[in-house]
Amino acid sequence: MRWTWGAIMGVAAGATAALCLAGNARAQQKEVIIGGMCDRTGPTQVNGAGICPGIQDYFDLVNSKGGIEGYKIKYEEIDHEYKVPPAVEAYEREKGDGATSVLVYGSPQVQALYRKMEEDKIPGTSPGFGIAASADGKRFPYLFPLAATYWSQGAAAVQFVKDKLGGSLKGKKIAYLFYDNPAGREPIPVIEDLQKIEGFELRTFAVPPPAVEMGAQMLDITQRYRPDFVIDHLFGSGPSVAIKEFKRNGYPLSKVVALVWASGEHDIVGAGGWPVAEGYHTMSFAGVGDDYPVREEIKAMYKAQGKEPPKAMNDTVMYNRGLLWAALHVEATRNAIKANGGNKPTGEEVKKGFESIRDFGLGGLVPPLEVTAADHQGGGWVQIFQVKGGKFVKETEWFRAYPEVVAEAVKKGE
Amino acid sequence: MFHRESGVFKTSYAADMALYPLPIARYAVAAFAGLFIVIAPLALGEYYISILNLVLIAVVGALGLNILVGYTGQISIGHGAFMSVGAYTAANLVTHLGAPFWITIPAGGIMAALIGAVVGIPSLRIKGIYLAIATLAAQLIIEWTINHVTWISGGVQASIQVPRPSLFGIPLKTQTQLYLFLMAFVLLAIVGTSNLVRSRIGRAFIAIRDQDIAAEIIGINIFRYKLWAFAISSFYAGVTGVLYTYYLGIANYEQFQITVSIDYLAMVIIGGLGSILGSILGALFVTLLPILTRWFLEDYGWLLFAQQDLQNAIPNLRLILFGALIIFFLVVEPEGLNRLWRNIRNYFRVWPFSY
Repeated sequence: MRWTWGAIMGVAAGATAALCLAGNARAQQKEVIIGGMCDRTGPTQVNGAGICPGIQDYFDLVNSKGGIEGYKIKYEEIDHEYKVPPAVEAYEREKGDGATSVLVYGSPQVQALYRKMEEDKIPGTSPGFGIAASADGKRFPYLFPLAATYWSQGAAAVQFVKDKLGGSLKGKKIAYLFYDNPAGREPIPVIEDLQKIEGFELRTFAVPPPAVEMGAQMLDITQRYRPDFVIDHLFGSGPSVAIKEFKRNGYPLSKVVALVWASGEHDIVGAGGWPVAEGYHTMSFAGVGDDYPVREEIKAMYKAQGKEPPKAMNDTVMYNRGLLWAALHVEATRNAIKANGGNKPTGEEVKKGFESIRDFGLGGLVPPLEVTAADHQGGGWVQIFQVKGGKFVKETEWFRAYPEVVAEAVKKGE
Repeated sequence: MFHRESGVFKTSYAADMALYPLPIARYAVAAFAGLFIVIAPLALGEYYISILNLVLIAVVGALGLNILVGYTGQISIGHGAFMSVGAYTAANLVTHLGAPFWITIPAGGIMAALIGAVVGIPSLRIKGIYLAIATLAAQLIIEWTINHVTWISGGVQASIQVPRPSLFGIPLKTQTQLYLFLMAFVLLAIVGTSNLVRSRIGRAFIAIRDQDIAAEIIGINIFRYKLWAFAISSFYAGVTGVLYTYYLGIANYEQFQITVSIDYLAMVIIGGLGSILGSILGALFVTLLPILTRWFLEDYGWLLFAQQDLQNAIPNLRLILFGALIIFFLVVEPEGLNRLWRNIRNYFRVWPFSY
């Protein structure tokens, strides 16, 4: 016992010494620091494997073209395995290094960090996940979803189903299949609101984590309920399993629309390949496919270095989301530098920079966002694609659905 | 060495049972307390303090789990859930009643203790791996309940915002303030545990761990003490959950999932079962090792990888290194870091005259 205290302190002192040694003094130059978290490891790594390289490549591309208004970007990526404590540590480190904006990764992490970001006046972004109510820039001043929140996604899915079923949902049956966690349940209130407006019949089917076993729900959907359309909101490896199960039960995949995290190439490949998933509808908040000038520029950048473009580029859905995410940070920082006359921006200025993003298309990869101080979502735009003949074929242009219903939900908060 | 034991004679039972039998131990404790309570918050930057804060929270949880696993010999993979019980109890008390932290922290602990005692009931009939599965069920049931019962979870998002704790009207906002706040509870937890295990209850726990039938024969009420172990251990877990909630400013059940339970078990096993120092070392090890390996790889990773692959290599390599180091330490000393430290200490105690 007598040694206990000594030991605690000794170990801690050793660790502190190591910390101080490890703290690295890098040369100061004209640079802005953007902090990032990612999960190349952990339960949602299928997404991270595409998104994280996309972010990295876009920042490299901007730096290779001279940076933002003369400022080089220093992007600090820290992997958190989708766990909360490492995310807190990562954020504190990035803050300490002087990051002026942060890419927060994962809904629980957003929940854990947004209060701190507000206290520290560092804007954070969470495209396609996080807190749907954070579209309200008044209540969440330093949190930017920047892409369609789960509420907007749910509304867009209903709109799409309505169009597919001939313009009216009266008496139609919709099944909502979801991952049973807060993020999975989040769209339900908006879909229920729409149910009252459109008069369709709705049943929800929860799949408990980790969503790799859903035989019972699938039988229920395909044999008993027999809906006219299914809205699929699963994560991780869930979507692949769902595609397989729909196929096995003989339910046509052309009557399934997936929300954004069930919409990647890896979900199709994981289900057994493109022919299996023929007809499956997917939703995206960034452009899908290879036909964007920015992707050509990145390939050219790799070629100039004498390298092959990374394999992650083939996962176009996720990779392009990484590009969108990074590009919006660059754009906000650029706005901030322009607005303050070329000085190094502060977190507050970058926040204003985000709030003045307009008409930033990136060759069609980014929707026609209009971020304002009140609307941090930028409209809630999505595109819908369908699996056809081994690739995603665009079915709709950028659209937003029921903005008034979503706005009402945002106003109500929870 | 500077720490000589000769010439110290104990003449009373009180002296023999003292927490610090040697005077120098008392000075050392005072010195280290000074280092950590006064000097560390002044000298360290915010980032390093924030890491220490995560360690401090983990220390409380690991101590609690060690009472159950290390001292009483029962197992629980439900401690993550007990933390969430504490967290949501406190969060609801704060948001509905505006209760201050000195009410919510014990309340969260007591609520977790009650639920922990209920979960502990199967331990009277089943042991070892079977008990592990029973507590796993508790983890899943509690997770599900919080996830679906909105009057507990405060809505579909299952997260409740909690204002920062305030002391004499001053909200504790900065990392350093929170550090001192957390440190106070860590000290309480350490002192509490070290006194508990020397008490009648602690002795009973150890007797149950070593041989429960023998313990029953010498008159220890196994029913009562096993439930006490679960309750006390869960109390610590509940307090951990509340501290976590205050630290992050939000209660969110996704921070207390099964991986958290496993992490805490890892801390206790790596640190050393049945030792207070072991819990602390384990918490330090599991929290700091991933961070230290990342720093190491960030500084020296370029020796192995091209700059562009580095970003992808670091997280994966870090997992491998983390696993490898855990195995390394457990192979070197299966009884954990605490035992390793004692071996080193015993070696130097008589050094250089080891015969």
